[in-house]
Amino acid sequence: MPLPETQSPDLKLTNRREFLARSAMAGGVIVFAAACSDSRILDPDPDPEAVSFGTGNVAVLNYAYLLEQLEAAFYIMAASNFYDGISTAEQNLLRDLRDHEVAHRDFLATALGGAALPTIEFDFSAVDFGSRTSVLTTARTFEDLGVSAYNGAGRLFTTDTEGAALLTIAGKIVSVEARHAAAVRSAISSDPQAFAGSDVVDTTHALDVLRRPPEVLAAAAPFVVTALDPSGIPTA
Amino acid sequence: MSNTTSSDTPPSMPSLDLEPEITERLTSRRDALRGAGVWGLGAALASLPLGLGVLAKSAFAQQGIPQQVQDILNFALTLEYLEAEYYTLGMAAPGLIPAAHRPIFDLIRVHEVQHVELLQSVLGGAAVAKPEFDFTAGGAFAPFTDYAQFQVLAQAFEDTGVRAYKGGAAGLAVAPDLLDAGLQIHSVEARHASEVRALRGQSRWIQFADTDVAAIAAVYAGEDNTTHAGIDVTGITNVGPLGVTEAWDEPLGVPEVLEIAGLFIVS
Repeated sequence: MPLPETQSPDLKLTNRREFLARSAMAGGVIVFAAACSDSRILDPDPDPEAVSFGTGNVAVLNYAYLLEQLEAAFYIMAASNFYDGISTAEQNLLRDLRDHEVAHRDFLATALGGAALPTIEFDFSAVDFGSRTSVLTTARTFEDLGVSAYNGAGRLFTTDTEGAALLTIAGKIVSVEARHAAAVRSAISSDPQAFAGSDVVDTTHALDVLRRPPEVLAAAAPFVVTALDPSGIPTA
Repeated sequence: MSNTTSSDTPPSMPSLDLEPEITERLTSRRDALRGAGVWGLGAALASLPLGLGVLAKSAFAQQGIPQQVQDILNFALTLEYLEAEYYTLGMAAPGLIPAAHRPIFDLIRVHEVQHVELLQSVLGGAAVAKPEFDFTAGGAFAPFTDYAQFQVLAQAFEDTGVRAYKGGAAGLAVAPDLLDAGLQIHSVEARHASEVRALRGQSRWIQFADTDVAAIAAVYAGEDNTTHAGIDVTGITNVGPLGVTEAWDEPLGVPEVLEIAGLFIVS
């Protein structure tokens, strides 16, 4: 699918100002962005080296690409050096999750072509890869975060034919992320209802968590080393 | 709702469950935010769950929900009626579901009942009535006396539901708030599907177009697709074909879904 090239660098600052202004009108995002001043992702004083997500549908795909890179990098580490005493079933689980996220990552890289983010550098020093609890709780966090991110990104695609096609593709991926989330949650919890627990599925309407990019990027920020400029990601 | 970030109130759901070190880093950030009078990570959840009134009224108070969107939501409602009644009858059938599995199917039942109520509320007077169901499909199945069959049909309904919502998503794009809700239901159905498949000893992810029970093969038709956005993923990754088919779920069109669900609809 042909996608437009990413915007030229000299447009970035203008777009960022527009982004912040629009966010302020939408209510609250500007406060949130400013509050995250220690975040490399939402730095209000943009690093001139920061890599842009582009704009429009490209930016939404790059947003997904960032998250798939994060998950793939994590599972590559988790599956190359299993924690002590890991069961065969959990070895297979981590290998499956690695394969799926790598496939998602490689697909998005190809779909984005020259507009793709570079290979992002991550810092997993907060994860103890020798600890089952550390690995699986991080996996649960990433899977639930991914589900919420795709759920919140659907409406960011354009409403034309291209946007509709991309929305459907995102839908093909998010349900697999939700299958993952249920798998990991069941693996680490003795609660038989953990697969769709009340911490992720609300108890009134049975809706899964939904997060917009600022919240998702803030949650991912502790793991991201590369300076990013997400100002071109459409707002809801 | 244009976004979900503007609130100083604590979220109605717990924030991300993170590793202690990460939590510490986020907590120190949160403390910094308190000084500024705002609440940080997780504030997005503050306004969840979506209010029914917001969904039903905000975008369409003047002109009503577009017909195309109504049709999709009524189609979804029909599937939710089917699932809700199926699990309600299953939970009520004496001795059917073993004690260890009852919390799982009861949670799924609650979710499907809540999805029915949500869609009914959004559609208002335009909501379709609940059909009459026959879960034996004219005598072919005995789900409420045979637990193995109950699980097989549960898997079929959940995996079909995932495919149906996926197929309907693009049609909801003109109504972003309803698209949000549709996607939030879709991923819950996928959590259900994953769990029911695991209960049966099946892979949680769909492998090629495989099923261990021929009677539900139609549910998986086309799930072996590996080409997305014109890209055959098997040609651009080191992940093998099995992993590639597992990594994408496929949408299903209305006629195909009706062919499956129609087996169980009397009128």
